[in-house]
Amino acid sequence: MNGTDSGERGLFSALLVHQWRSPWQYRFWMAGWIAVLIWGGGGWIDQLRHGLSVTGLDNRVVWGLYIGNFTFLVGVAAAAVILVVPAYLMEYRQVRKVTLLGESLAIAAVTMSLLFVFVDIGRPERIWHALPLLGSLHFPASILAWDMVVLSLYLLLNTAIVLVLLRAGYRGETLSHRRLMPWIVAAVVLGIGIHTVTAFMLSGLPARPYWNSAVLAPRFIASAFAAGAGMMLLLFHLLNRLSAFSLEKGVVSLLTGVLTFSLWITLYQQASELFVHSYGATVHTVATQWLWSGEGGVAFVTDSVRFALLLELVAVVVVTLPGLRRRGGLLMAASLMTVIAIWLEKGMGLVIPGLLPTPLGEMGDYAPTFTEIRISLGVWAVGILLFSSLARAVIGVEQGTVRAFSDA
Amino acid sequence: MENDYAPSKEGERAASKSGNSVPKQPDSPQRRRLLKGAAAAGVVVAGAGSAAAGLSQSSRDALGSFLQDHYRRMDRQEIQEALARIERRAERDHGVAIRCGNQPPIAGVAFGYALNLSRCTGTRRCVDACIRENNTGRHDGLGNIRVLSMPDNTWDLSRADHHYQPETVPEKGRWYLPVQCQQCGDPACVQACPVEATWREPDGMVVVDYDWCIGCRYCATACPYWARRFNWRDPVIPKGEITPDTHYLGNRPRRRGVMEKCTLCVQRSRRGSYPACHQACPTGARIFGNLLDADSPIRYVLEHKRVYRLKEEQGTDPQFWYVVDGP
Repeated sequence: MNGTDSGERGLFSALLVHQWRSPWQYRFWMAGWIAVLIWGGGGWIDQLRHGLSVTGLDNRVVWGLYIGNFTFLVGVAAAAVILVVPAYLMEYRQVRKVTLLGESLAIAAVTMSLLFVFVDIGRPERIWHALPLLGSLHFPASILAWDMVVLSLYLLLNTAIVLVLLRAGYRGETLSHRRLMPWIVAAVVLGIGIHTVTAFMLSGLPARPYWNSAVLAPRFIASAFAAGAGMMLLLFHLLNRLSAFSLEKGVVSLLTGVLTFSLWITLYQQASELFVHSYGATVHTVATQWLWSGEGGVAFVTDSVRFALLLELVAVVVVTLPGLRRRGGLLMAASLMTVIAIWLEKGMGLVIPGLLPTPLGEMGDYAPTFTEIRISLGVWAVGILLFSSLARAVIGVEQGTVRAFSDA
Repeated sequence: MENDYAPSKEGERAASKSGNSVPKQPDSPQRRRLLKGAAAAGVVVAGAGSAAAGLSQSSRDALGSFLQDHYRRMDRQEIQEALARIERRAERDHGVAIRCGNQPPIAGVAFGYALNLSRCTGTRRCVDACIRENNTGRHDGLGNIRVLSMPDNTWDLSRADHHYQPETVPEKGRWYLPVQCQQCGDPACVQACPVEATWREPDGMVVVDYDWCIGCRYCATACPYWARRFNWRDPVIPKGEITPDTHYLGNRPRRRGVMEKCTLCVQRSRRGSYPACHQACPTGARIFGNLLDADSPIRYVLEHKRVYRLKEEQGTDPQFWYVVDGP
């Protein structure tokens, strides 16, 4: 799969050929997710035709499964920082080899989060109203406008970094550290930025006491690092097993360390928030009460946050005790538990109690409909397809399978 | 002050002099060029070889709506075209001929609203009148006003009954708290909107450009008064019940996917009439008028009665006052 042209065109055609000449397992995997994507797209067409009434949402619960996935995935995207900082700022050479995979995960996650906003809006054909010059982006007053800006910038920046690094690998060059550094610093700042802005979007609303908490942004970052580290451990182990990629011990121990500390911090933050939200009977207590007691609330959300807490407690014990952590299978189980727990807790476990009771004190109910689940799976399919193809490209270039002929 | 709250004669004359135009915002020529370019490209694409004139009226309207600019950036002709499209669409959607205007704010008017809680008996006539006047969908029974039935001796909203259905009102041991958009001076919803699709007009009403709203519902999460409603589907309105006198920023028929809210019946109030809820109230609990007119009833209430603003601590400066009769 060697290209004769060492420029971008050579790289792209070599990568396309590399995608095409893939083992049948890979093609089967991709075909399966393309099928899910088409099926989910059918659900979206249904939603376009009938409006958001095909969802379980109403005027009490205006956001649900889509925005729950959005907040979670922005966190996964932000978590690329836990590889970029050690690799480039702290000079952990071992980590550099997986940075591109981490950035690929960030690209897939931020794409999914933008898509989740897109499927959530009532008038997707008007999205150009948010474009600079053409539309009227309400920047800087609206925090949602901020979120659109930083998420788009983060997507562009990571795509550029991955392409530049891939091209260098394809040409067999090493990039100078100094030239790369401004982009790396920007990626780190934006990584923290996207998740902070997403938290501010909710915590900046005095009308919603459950969200209106200063610990929300720090909690987002800590839980994102936990879920991100967990997801990377899972993905890297899978790639280690299924592809030519080899996972080094240093990377595993770094990610395990990040997972452990982040989980402890997120648990501590949850406890702090729970205390303020439940001691003293104020507007802050109402949502917390139904959320944890289940009385007069939305039962599946209560079950979700309780189950998430249980998973987090088990996971944190596993990753903290060396005897358990060193067993590969248990570490994978703890990673999976963390990812699921954060998805539950920062997804609907965060969105629904922010909305219920309404500012007029009324309770409501919510359960995602089949169409909503179908569309969400379609969006996940986009992310999985994107990550898989990017991972195949990255591994191909890094293993030297995809490389330009050298003239020397 | 029988039927008028405002210097309506002068106001109407001023309005007709200024025609249908709205105060224009400074506009960037670069943006306009881009938009024109996009419009041209759109027409070319939609025309697909044949002339755009060959399209059906409804297709041309769909294209026109898609490319329509923000209300406050359209020039006079663009607004006239938009209003004509709205009228044709109502004809197609509902089979009813409507008139859609866009009367601008009247100089020297700032609307204020007060509600006397000692008089409200919870009939919810205001709710019904609002729904009818504003062409609100009848399918979910929700309108721009929510009347809460409260137990005596508390202001705790979490103890309110939102769906009370007794044989007769008022019930013993309860009082009634109607809540609608408080037309805040510093509205959290306006700040939240990512595309400037909602704003506060110079005469104080917080309005939505239904043709610009992208339907993200962030404003609904930001409002402390739960005063914004989303069109989850195309509103269902019986044909005979469409109110044909409409305003671009007010009660013109909406479609699915956009937010809507109370506009103080902009289509009525800018012509010197009272909002429908005010007119429908059987106990005279509602007081509406021009805050800048020293002789208006609203000014009398604010100067002589004990008033209270709901959730004032949210810092949004509501222009809606609750009044309680003194002993």
